[in-house]
Amino acid sequence: MNKYAVALYDDEDVLKSGIKQLQSAGVKIHDVYTPYPVHGLENLVGVRRSRLDIAAFCFGCLGVSCAFLMMWYMITYDWPMDIGGKPNFPVISFIPICFEMTVLFASYGMGLTFFIVNRNIPGTTPRIMDERATDDRFVLAVPLTASDDQEAVNALLRDSGAVEVKQKEAAY
Amino acid sequence: MQLQNEQYEFSGKTRTISLALIAVGVICVAVGFLTGDTERTWANLLLNNYYMVLIAFAGVMYCAIQYVAQAGWGTNILRVPQAFMSVVPLAAILLTVVLAVGLGTHQLYHHWADPALSNPESPSYDPLIAGKTSYMNVPLFMLRVVGFMAIWGFFAWKLRQFSLKEDFEGGLRYFKKGIVYSAIFCAIFNFTFPLFAFDVIMSLEPHWFSTMFGWYNLAALWVSGLAAIGLVVTSLKEKGYFTAVNENHIHDIGKFVFAFSIFWAYIFVAQMLLIWYANIPEEVTWFYKRWTETYKFWFWFSFVLNFFAPFMLFMTRDSKRKLKTVKYVCLLVIVAHWFDLYMMVMPGMMGTGRKFGYLELGTFLGYAGLFTFMALTALSKAPLYAKNHPYMEESLHHHI
Repeated sequence: MNKYAVALYDDEDVLKSGIKQLQSAGVKIHDVYTPYPVHGLENLVGVRRSRLDIAAFCFGCLGVSCAFLMMWYMITYDWPMDIGGKPNFPVISFIPICFEMTVLFASYGMGLTFFIVNRNIPGTTPRIMDERATDDRFVLAVPLTASDDQEAVNALLRDSGAVEVKQKEAAY
Repeated sequence: MQLQNEQYEFSGKTRTISLALIAVGVICVAVGFLTGDTERTWANLLLNNYYMVLIAFAGVMYCAIQYVAQAGWGTNILRVPQAFMSVVPLAAILLTVVLAVGLGTHQLYHHWADPALSNPESPSYDPLIAGKTSYMNVPLFMLRVVGFMAIWGFFAWKLRQFSLKEDFEGGLRYFKKGIVYSAIFCAIFNFTFPLFAFDVIMSLEPHWFSTMFGWYNLAALWVSGLAAIGLVVTSLKEKGYFTAVNENHIHDIGKFVFAFSIFWAYIFVAQMLLIWYANIPEEVTWFYKRWTETYKFWFWFSFVLNFFAPFMLFMTRDSKRKLKTVKYVCLLVIVAHWFDLYMMVMPGMMGTGRKFGYLELGTFLGYAGLFTFMALTALSKAPLYAKNHPYMEESLHHHI
């Protein structure tokens, strides 16, 4: 179990200035949870850029290969088919299906990757520091180690503009 | 971020090079005519002049779309497409001259403009062409081509004028007028441009027809125009102009070129796939010609250059944010669309006698020099930023 100090803010501008204040005080921020995307927050907290696009590219490549192999196997290799007098290996008519399969694999793959990485798949514990992060609170989590002075961290958080500060133990 | 007053100065090496390119073009065309290669010279004049008209009107369309969509991100580069607008008169007049002289000397469009083709008494009577004479005849053809360009040119002139007046007077008046004119322009241009493309390019092979052809040309116009805007912006930024343009604006231009090179490929394949699949004799002739030994390589080369190259080079986010990459990919797309037009014009004009040599390169360079000279001269005549544009502030804070 990891321990966190969780601070709740009620305004995105207070949150942003609070983050700057905490960072200059040397507090390490675990993550920030907001009800809606806050512009520029990733850069402020120093969250690494999402690699979801790389996953999408890989799934797209998988999709186009699967489509091509499937059609090649069915139309050319297993049972050579004559459709409208076209050749048995009609690459041009493969294009639309290759395109569709690329989109299908990329979108489903991206969705699944997103859910797995964010622990939203059934059977995993979702990362929820405070449920009000889906409503009207901006939630900021600071990791606590045994040597940390909890009261001092709480005071720093309150000082940065948090409306509420609490502790949380979580499996993530 | 504070907006600096910047003024582009068109002088030195760029000016010399563009003038030298014009000279190269003129010499090549003169040599082409003097050595008796007249049909090839006309084909090249038509190709490059059409390309110049495309990019000039792409500037108008870009501005119009920015106004109609009320897009804020690109306001600080708006002067570049507006500079393209001032090329419109020259490009349109040159194209009119090429078409008129080409028709008069029976070098261009003689596959339908020859009166013998529609004369039942003549041995070369062609009932298919005769059936099209009510639409495809010389006076109506010239009227359409000149009329369309005049109407579009009016909007180009108006939109540029509004923006220049806005610099002095400020306020929202010219912006609002600009939106109305842009909306009218978009509606007119996008429906009449396909007809223009049918007239100027598709009628080189008058037996063939494709309703997709106009959109195919429109896609080429739009992506090559965006690439030209990107090339000018990145080159000027490298020289120290456009301090208000940052990597976010460059990223957006990159996304535009990326997206519309895919759109071009989509239209290209949509046209080819249906015709190839249906295999109706009167429809396949166009592609049949382009899949013969003479053209097959160039046909697929053009497709690879126009689709796969920008697709692969612009796929990652970082490549679209690097000035150098964007510059060279834009240059590549411009060259690639020359090959695209080459595949539209040459098989119809030259048949199997395809040539690629000094004349093709020289004419392209000449027109490129002329376009650069005209556009950069226009750019140097106005401040580099439309400083009173209501969305300027938004553009300066653009961040993605």
